[in-house]
Amino acid sequence: MKSLKAQLHGLADPEAELEILSERHPGGEANNFRTHLERIGLYPLRPTSLEVFQINLGKMCNQVCKHCHVDAGPDRKEIMDRKTMHLCLEVIRSLDSINCVDLTGGAPEMNPDFRWFVEEVRAIRPELKIIVRCNLTIILANPRFNDLPEFFKKNRVEVVSSLPYFTAMKTDSQRGDGVFDKSIQALRLLNQVGYGRADSGLVLNLVYNPSGAFLPGPQSELEAEFKKKLWERFGVEFNALFTITNIPISRFLEYLIRSDNYENYMEKLLTSFNPAAAAGVMCRNTISIGWDGYLYDCDFNQMLDLKVASADSTHLSDWNAKALADRSVVINNHCFGCTAGAGSSCGGATA
Amino acid sequence: MKTYYNPEDLKKFGAIGELQKSMADKFFAYYAEVFKEGALTAREKSLIALGISHALQCPYCIDAYTTDTLEKGCDEEQMMEAVHVAAAIRGGASLVHSTQMMNKIKEITM
Repeated sequence: MKSLKAQLHGLADPEAELEILSERHPGGEANNFRTHLERIGLYPLRPTSLEVFQINLGKMCNQVCKHCHVDAGPDRKEIMDRKTMHLCLEVIRSLDSINCVDLTGGAPEMNPDFRWFVEEVRAIRPELKIIVRCNLTIILANPRFNDLPEFFKKNRVEVVSSLPYFTAMKTDSQRGDGVFDKSIQALRLLNQVGYGRADSGLVLNLVYNPSGAFLPGPQSELEAEFKKKLWERFGVEFNALFTITNIPISRFLEYLIRSDNYENYMEKLLTSFNPAAAAGVMCRNTISIGWDGYLYDCDFNQMLDLKVASADSTHLSDWNAKALADRSVVINNHCFGCTAGAGSSCGGATA
Repeated sequence: MKTYYNPEDLKKFGAIGELQKSMADKFFAYYAEVFKEGALTAREKSLIALGISHALQCPYCIDAYTTDTLEKGCDEEQMMEAVHVAAAIRGGASLVHSTQMMNKIKEITM
């Protein structure tokens, strides 16, 4: 399977995605995300303190997942260079309010400067939480990645990994043939060095996202089910399960349209709009950095090329903390994905 | 094409209150109470509902509880087993009546 970009698919163009999100929105403009925020007094959506510095190290990945919002894959070559990483380090060093550096991709480990960057972040901020969004299979993809569990442990990196289900059928249908078996092997390797084990201090969290056009169920119930099944069947342990709603952009949007599920899915998100989840959206305490150094309110806005609404500070090279703190978050109808039901964020349910 | 069943009608279920509000309100309150986490988990209740939906052959219920069981983290194998439970009870309900047939056979044959 190729990325949408390599297929020259129309939905590889953010403008085409935004047009669908606007033109085909159930109820039209009167029912859009802005109107929903206005009704509950949250528009314009303002950031709180900047705590999470999320960096997309590149779109290159060893997997091609059907729902990927990044449209990542082996055919994507966009990756962050060391110069841009230096700019990231300057911000991380200077801004005390940042308490978490969240590394994502693609497969962030495929960036040749990944390890250098993690070590630099750890060196300048010894107590900072560093998260890597590891797809698990990368650990087995090439011998040079086999020692990643040890590297993560040495740098006290928190590992967050997607595992859509505790069976091969559902996992492989979303993430590719053979991904489930390799993921279990990788989880065992992480467990072996202490990840996910009680009292080890090495955190391994899993991400569940629905394998189709429906919402995730209650996070605590799914977590209990995952813990039981993964332990009984595979002897695998982990700390917490994050439920994440599929956001209607990129490959998941393409799936929704192709399968004639788009309107029904959007209606489901709309009818499940939860004001408490809206107040707790992650974009309020997060800044998302693109592989090329541009700034976004979240990783989804990044993929839609919706840069921060801060005219004087849209790139790391002109970082202006005050201007960014004074901005309003850029919203669109894909944001309904984060406000449905129990809410959704890179850290799971929010309400 | 006109048909008796339209998937869009499921969304109008709440509108039954337009013709008889108090009974509808009581029904929906009861319904919500039934499906709450209790001695059975919400997930177990959803699987039971999926099985019953098939026994009753209610297309609205099948749509609703296929989605609901998936959302509650059930997989296709568990869902199909729930349908087999419904089928076994339905089939068994027919077959167990054959004891009545057998009684009658004994009664009226030599």
